[in-house]
Amino acid sequence: MGRTLAEKVWEQHVVRRAEGEPDLLYIDLHLIHEVTSPQAFDGLRLAGRTVRRPDLTIATEDHNVPTVRGPIADPVSKAQVETLRKNAAEFGLRLHPMGDAGQGVVHIIGPQFGLTQPGMTIVCGDSHTSTHGAFGGIAFGIGTSEVEHVLATQTLPAYRPKTMAIEVAGELPAGVTAKDLILAIIAKIGTGGGQGYIVEYRGEAVRKLSMEGRMTVCNMSIEAGARAGMIAPDETTFAYLKGRPHAPSGEAWDQAVAYWETLRTDDDAVFDKVVEIDAASLAPYVTWGTNPGQGLPLTETVPDPDSFADPTAKSSAQRALEYMGLTAGTPLREIEVDTVFMGSCTNGRIEDLRAAAEILRGRQVRTRTLVVPGSMLVKLQAEQEGLHEVFKAAGAEWREAGCSMCLGMNPDTLQPGERSASTSNRNFEGRQGKGGRTHLVSPQVAAATAVTGRLTAPADL
Amino acid sequence: MDAFTTHTGTAVPLRRSNVDTDQIIPAVWLKQVSRTGFERGLFAAWREDPAFVLNDATYDGASILVSGPDFGTGSSREHAVWALQQYGFRVVIAARFGDIFRNNSTKMGLLPVVLPGDKVEALQDAIEAAPDLQVTVDLGARQVRWAGESVGFEIDDYTRWRLMEGLDDIGLTLRHAEDVAAYENGRQPWLPTTV
Repeated sequence: MGRTLAEKVWEQHVVRRAEGEPDLLYIDLHLIHEVTSPQAFDGLRLAGRTVRRPDLTIATEDHNVPTVRGPIADPVSKAQVETLRKNAAEFGLRLHPMGDAGQGVVHIIGPQFGLTQPGMTIVCGDSHTSTHGAFGGIAFGIGTSEVEHVLATQTLPAYRPKTMAIEVAGELPAGVTAKDLILAIIAKIGTGGGQGYIVEYRGEAVRKLSMEGRMTVCNMSIEAGARAGMIAPDETTFAYLKGRPHAPSGEAWDQAVAYWETLRTDDDAVFDKVVEIDAASLAPYVTWGTNPGQGLPLTETVPDPDSFADPTAKSSAQRALEYMGLTAGTPLREIEVDTVFMGSCTNGRIEDLRAAAEILRGRQVRTRTLVVPGSMLVKLQAEQEGLHEVFKAAGAEWREAGCSMCLGMNPDTLQPGERSASTSNRNFEGRQGKGGRTHLVSPQVAAATAVTGRLTAPADL
Repeated sequence: MDAFTTHTGTAVPLRRSNVDTDQIIPAVWLKQVSRTGFERGLFAAWREDPAFVLNDATYDGASILVSGPDFGTGSSREHAVWALQQYGFRVVIAARFGDIFRNNSTKMGLLPVVLPGDKVEALQDAIEAAPDLQVTVDLGARQVRWAGESVGFEIDDYTRWRLMEGLDDIGLTLRHAEDVAAYENGRQPWLPTTV
């Protein structure tokens, strides 16, 4: 019987397999940031251990950094960033600190350097590590104990998750993006639907996505509960990688491509579960609740909790509407927002900024609008293309790179009761600041919403 | 890690689903670089509501948290596990857990127990009827027992053994350092390094 892509990549990385034990899996790349690593380095020091492969490890500062120029004002955030700097120096790790041209959100910098390649295993103390699966590797988030484990051994003990295929047949209609696709998938299968699985996204609509779009889809796999998400590498993947600083070159490139071309699910392979999505039926999506599965097409109305048959879903919806300050039956397009946030590891790449700028060109924003490039290199590229001038002319704020308003760890937060349209990945209670209310959207919907001040699709402008 | 064999204590019912790790410990608490003091951040936003179940003195001293489904979804923050442990919890029971949270728990010796949804609700009902109910979580027998009820749960042999012995995963892996070195010799030559 044939094998799935996930099985092929997994098998390639098994260091040791023994009856009744998890596989010991080799890790090709370990990404580090300031939040989930300090206690791991402490653990190494306490046990007198070293980092086994500093040359397979890369660190950056992203969660705590302010997105305006200048030092970190919060002494606790500053201490955490300084701790990372000390640890990187002590253990000999490459670090891209604030102000460095290579700094950025951890999941943006791996791909941009060409460090993220097909068939690799990649981990990070961050659940959105699933982003890197867009290149056809197995990439997943880990906790601090596992960060310490990877630092010490470059391996992780793990049981292979089950496999799920999400088949997206047909083409996405005009105006429907990768973000809408993944929000629709999560709404369909639920926040626990992928639990215990590695998801492979397949089908015509997925094949036609750019690498940026594929990263957006894989990024939010965790929001469906999946351990990882992946997409088989193809010409789009190879074209993105070619010429990047850490991509193979010359003869090694040809060797690598020959191998990468084998990284696809065999025709006779069997997935543990298959979910089918009709791309043509999709529309711009927005979340109305407090988990990413509570989403609907923008043309719908706020749902009535009584419309949910499942008592758990019903009570969850009731609680969500209360927190969000919404009334059942209100058209989603009538919901007014205070802030628009464009950025994050989900939608902070150049293609996202281009799409948003295209909509804002020659228009004015009505709300506070933060545009935060995912990395300093994305920022530089956007500025070379003149996108920053478009954003500034529209009245938006053009910021420095970082996680920014995706999570309330840096100065970019919502005030209690404030409402945002956000291109990030989580609408949890308090995610963007205590009492803040978040609607997840695509960059295009975010830009159109900034123009009208209420949830809006570009086609409505 | 402390060994976990069997634990008996009182429990607290958390009748909410999708308890994501941002609720268990809000992001502002993640700025600490130590491993201690996280109990103050446990459910920090929810605890501001006097009606929140952890503010009910009836449940003071409970060491088992019995939650609705999809507990520990979202962020990978192990701080969620530290906060629960430092607050005094030894066990979390739910019908479904976030994968990363579940993994993190077993690394730290906080036992995540999956029970069928109807059994979780039955246990919650029993606790609410008698908050001093003694609940026993027996890892050796893979059973949760209360008031004459006994419900089995699944956990793989290896994780169970590691928890019962209180073993450090890194120490176990380092026993196989030769296997790791052998694997490294065979890695594909084009794979990138960060230097």
